Amino acid sequence: MAAVCGLMRRPLEQVTVRDAINQGMDEELERDEKVFLLGEEVAQYDGAYKVSRGLWKKYGDKRIIDTPISEMGFAGIAVGAAMAGLRPICEFMTFNFSMQAIDQVINSAAKTYYMSGGIQPVPVVFRGPNGASAGVAAQHSQCFAAWYGHCPGLKVVSPWNSEDAKGLIKSAIRDNNPVVVLENELMYGVPFELPSEAQSKDFLIPIGKAKIERQGTHITVVAHSRPVGHCLEAATVLSKEGIECEVINMRTIRPMDIETIEASVMKTNHLVTVEGGWPQFGVGAEVCARIMEGPAFNFLDAPAVRVTGADVPMPYAKILEDNSIPQVKDIIFAIKKTLNI
Amino acid sequence: MAVAVAVAVAAAAARVWGSSRGLGQAGLLLRRSAARGLARSLPQRQEQQHFPSLDDKPQFPGASAEFIDKLEFIQPNVISGIPVYRVMDRQGQIINPSEDPHLPQEKVLKLYRSMTLLNTMDRILYESQRQGRISFYMTNYGEEGTHVGSAAALDNTDLVFGQYREAGVLMYRDYPLELFMAQCYGNVSDLGKGRQMPVHYGCRERHFVTISSPLATQIPQAVGAAYAAKRANANRVVICYFGEGAASEGDAHAGFNFAATLECPIIFFCRNNGYAISTPTSEQYRGDGIAARGPGYGILSIRVDGNDVFAVYNATKEARRRAVAENQPFLIEAMTYRIGHHSTSDDSSAYRSVDEVNYWDKQDHPISRLRHYLQSRGWWDDEQEKAWRKQSRKKVMEAFEQAERKPKPSPSLLFSDVYQEMPAQLRKQQEALARHLQTYGEHYPLDHFEK
Repeated sequence: MAAVCGLMRRPLEQVTVRDAINQGMDEELERDEKVFLLGEEVAQYDGAYKVSRGLWKKYGDKRIIDTPISEMGFAGIAVGAAMAGLRPICEFMTFNFSMQAIDQVINSAAKTYYMSGGIQPVPVVFRGPNGASAGVAAQHSQCFAAWYGHCPGLKVVSPWNSEDAKGLIKSAIRDNNPVVVLENELMYGVPFELPSEAQSKDFLIPIGKAKIERQGTHITVVAHSRPVGHCLEAATVLSKEGIECEVINMRTIRPMDIETIEASVMKTNHLVTVEGGWPQFGVGAEVCARIMEGPAFNFLDAPAVRVTGADVPMPYAKILEDNSIPQVKDIIFAIKKTLNI
Repeated sequence: MAVAVAVAVAAAAARVWGSSRGLGQAGLLLRRSAARGLARSLPQRQEQQHFPSLDDKPQFPGASAEFIDKLEFIQPNVISGIPVYRVMDRQGQIINPSEDPHLPQEKVLKLYRSMTLLNTMDRILYESQRQGRISFYMTNYGEEGTHVGSAAALDNTDLVFGQYREAGVLMYRDYPLELFMAQCYGNVSDLGKGRQMPVHYGCRERHFVTISSPLATQIPQAVGAAYAAKRANANRVVICYFGEGAASEGDAHAGFNFAATLECPIIFFCRNNGYAISTPTSEQYRGDGIAARGPGYGILSIRVDGNDVFAVYNATKEARRRAVAENQPFLIEAMTYRIGHHSTSDDSSAYRSVDEVNYWDKQDHPISRLRHYLQSRGWWDDEQEKAWRKQSRKKVMEAFEQAERKPKPSPSLLFSDVYQEMPAQLRKQQEALARHLQTYGEHYPLDHFEK
């Protein structure tokens, strides 16, 4: 791939999300020798999803470490290494397996800086695929945005496209707080144009800032990760009917950029949130609660609506799985309902 | 005899199925028995294929060992398990002079004073919890030897990950009484800003990582830190303390395994004190304690008498030297006894006899054993003991009274250190609180807090 071979980059090059993350990690590994990657299969195998392709070959055993199968073990190792001054990137094969390490992530990584009175920082990055994939059933399909977004002490980001992926992984690695990077397996292979700024080695996307992917006037549609693409598709369809959607890519779950969403709602007067995770206590629920608590509430012409994954463990059967995550038609339906069309 | 039977069985199998594999088995067995000179007693078999000699040694990637043709389960040896290394007997006499570390008088006195000062502080802080002055406390009675013996064998910059019963390590590293008390009281001098329960000490300057409540989580973290030390070529070891109960946690397994596979300069120090709250070791494990697990991970291991400061010292010193020189983990299981309750929330008379506790307190205590040693060397006597007891109690009481009088940390610290940089919405809340207190401060007990 162009990224790993270091070929001269042309402007507006098509880069997949996988390669964008790879580039981001590669650049940060080169920039700071304290950065290292550990996880299952990340070294010679190039990563279970090939996200770390070429890195072991380039940086060797000291920087790219294959671990035995113990999430609690290697997450703990990552936390300890961060406490001792290194900057680990801890890869979970999927975030579903992070549940086996949840104590290390929450009780140790998230809370230690606070509980030590500021003595002990933990600059660790936990990354890996999150949320639904295809045909992998319930134990491999859960979305953890709400779980991790719940906890103070953690920063949580959720990239959608290649630019997001590259800029956010780089910011996460440089951040001195523990950061959870929720990638998406179905997005890994999707190519996007990387604008020229994104090709700089110091290209960073600030954590805590949402992006308006598409300007609109009739309704604000807020999403994170893969559903952002579905929202843009829905917006294209609706545009033909004269409905202009403003699509906001959250990029960061915590700290949430509610101001961007508020400003948009104050302009459009309507709000729909879209996420792959379950409805109860989810990202959309938080967005709606905060809108109610802030100035934008008075600008709503209709109740805000959430489009979410179905409130069931992810089914295996394809037809059921397809209907358990928000599809473009579900988003269009919710938008029209909110607009009373 | 067994070989002949096995050969007969294999031969019978070969006859029934006529498989070359069956014959092959018989062939192998025959060759083995031939090596033992029994071939003549066995009936002749058909011509065997000749296997290359490589086949005699197992080629499995997972283990390198010889084949064995006798069915035998390895017996876990709990009756006569791993022996307990000691230097002094219970009367403080050196048993084997070549094992005497010959520590200079000053150092041995420091060991003694650290243990006794800790003991005195424990008594007073335990009482203070009983009187409602602090919310919680954990004593170290009986285990002082494990703390100072190991601390004395380390460099001051070696990183310490503790569980919660290692205050003697900090005491040996001259952590001031004022700061012990500050943490227990959560007052303005507490380095931890009053955010933790008592005894959850942390000190960056003394390389003691802040204590974290969930058990055994420090074990893989210590391994990660040791890995960092190895990367930095720092001539630094990480020591990780935990109890025999915490060693049951999955984190412990993962930590041991990783330390060995990642080849980290780490000392795993297990304080086996007989109890995990009310769970005795007989219910905690069925194997030969924790030391016996080390070899299972490929870790050099030793069991020591934890109430013998010199044994603890010698083992830690050697482990440190080799861990750093060879980048490999060591496991020290220090056998001791938890004389006190698990914590102020526990009453151990509910699950053990007072006689048992008294036995250890009177007959095998690290402090009295070291005192006997000191006295027999002429380095200590009853008068000095009396004077020191008075002096140490005075020091502790002074620190205690000071700690009580100090204010609590400022309310504005409610919001800091969630992240490295305070996020906007927390800053807004902090400012809102400040404004609120400006207007309504008189309704709050603000004089208990720093401004």
